[in-house]
Amino acid sequence: MEKIFEILRNIREEADFKASNNFIKDGLLDSFDIITLVSMLEDEYSILIDALDIVPENFENCDSIIAVLKKNGGEI
Amino acid sequence: MRTVFQNKKISGILAVLPENEVRFEEEITNYSFSEKQTIRLKKIMGYEKHRLAKMETTPSDLCIFGIDYLLSKELLDLNDIGAIITVSITPDFWIPHISNIIHGHYNMSQDVLCVDLAQGCSGFILGLMEAFMILEHMPEKKILLLNADVLSHRVSYRDRNSFPLVGDAATVTIVENKSNESDIYFNIKSDGTRREALIIPAGGTRTPSSSLTAEMVDDGDGNYRSLDNMKMDGAAVFTFAQTEVPALIDEILHDAGIDKESIKWYLLHQPNKFMLQKLADRIGVPHDKVPMNIVELFGNSSGSSIPLDIAHNLKTEMKQEKGKCCMCAFGSGLTWCAMILELGEMEFCETFISKG
Repeated sequence: MEKIFEILRNIREEADFKASNNFIKDGLLDSFDIITLVSMLEDEYSILIDALDIVPENFENCDSIIAVLKKNGGEI
Repeated sequence: MRTVFQNKKISGILAVLPENEVRFEEEITNYSFSEKQTIRLKKIMGYEKHRLAKMETTPSDLCIFGIDYLLSKELLDLNDIGAIITVSITPDFWIPHISNIIHGHYNMSQDVLCVDLAQGCSGFILGLMEAFMILEHMPEKKILLLNADVLSHRVSYRDRNSFPLVGDAATVTIVENKSNESDIYFNIKSDGTRREALIIPAGGTRTPSSSLTAEMVDDGDGNYRSLDNMKMDGAAVFTFAQTEVPALIDEILHDAGIDKESIKWYLLHQPNKFMLQKLADRIGVPHDKVPMNIVELFGNSSGSSIPLDIAHNLKTEMKQEKGKCCMCAFGSGLTWCAMILELGEMEFCETFISKG
């Protein structure tokens, strides 16, 4: 989980992701950040995330991100 | 709608680009990107450079640059033309129509049919459909199919979601009857319930342009645009394309009775690199069968992106023997469509840099 927070901080240095339960609703990630996040997660975990999994609700918090990673073969 | 066209051929494609080429780095101060974001997005989305028409340049201007070029090279005889089909979402005027402007500019015969279609990114394939249908009634004539847009004039230069990827271009395509050509498979679908995913809210009769509609407003993500500008729901369009396009391609391949490997080139509309790579993966075809460089080199020019792709990437190949291609476009409407046909043995296939 710490690795995911590190990636998120890399995208938005100023945002406090640990204090948020919903990165989208709290305005910490926009649609471009999600695309950047997908790309960085794919590189980090050496996976390809299915395009149909690239929807905002799958990137709302760390739990949902971990679920997407696992679904697409990521080893957490 | 799905159907099969017979004995039709694309005999030439000319892409017309404005001479003004702008690199992403030159516009970066217009957007709310940090330097780190800039470098990342450049790589991921394919933000590299785009071609922008001058503010006074219209779609008909770009078309005329192209037609003049073809006439000067004796690659086109306007006496052969039975119909002008123009496809654009950024017309010169409400009236007269672009096809009539072209018709008048060249003082063409009164028997030449003029048709304007308002269609966005699906405009090339829709234009071909129209051309093929008209050719059924014009056995001896050719169709001048013109796809032209100056979309950069309708997208806010401070909209980082859309402006870096927009490009202006026109294409001139000659379509004709030709016996013993392979069947052309065609499939087009629409979903008007999702029409607002791509919208220019003002400027039509519903909301005429005014000083109020020209007011720039922050959308909350740091993009400034007015109601006169194009607005895209990027997430909705992404999911739409990834859901509908692979299914459509499966369907048209089934109709044509061929497998994915039989297609030499998948010529997809190019909105951005990330979407294209994901689409290629979902369709299940190798990336090297899907040219993806048009949006990086020229920007997304709406309906002309597929013929521009052909003219830029396959110019040599298109003058040689034919190969089976699958074209697929998707965009405003929402509309998505595909066509399987053999392309090659063209009389011309090239790109022209204009003063527009």
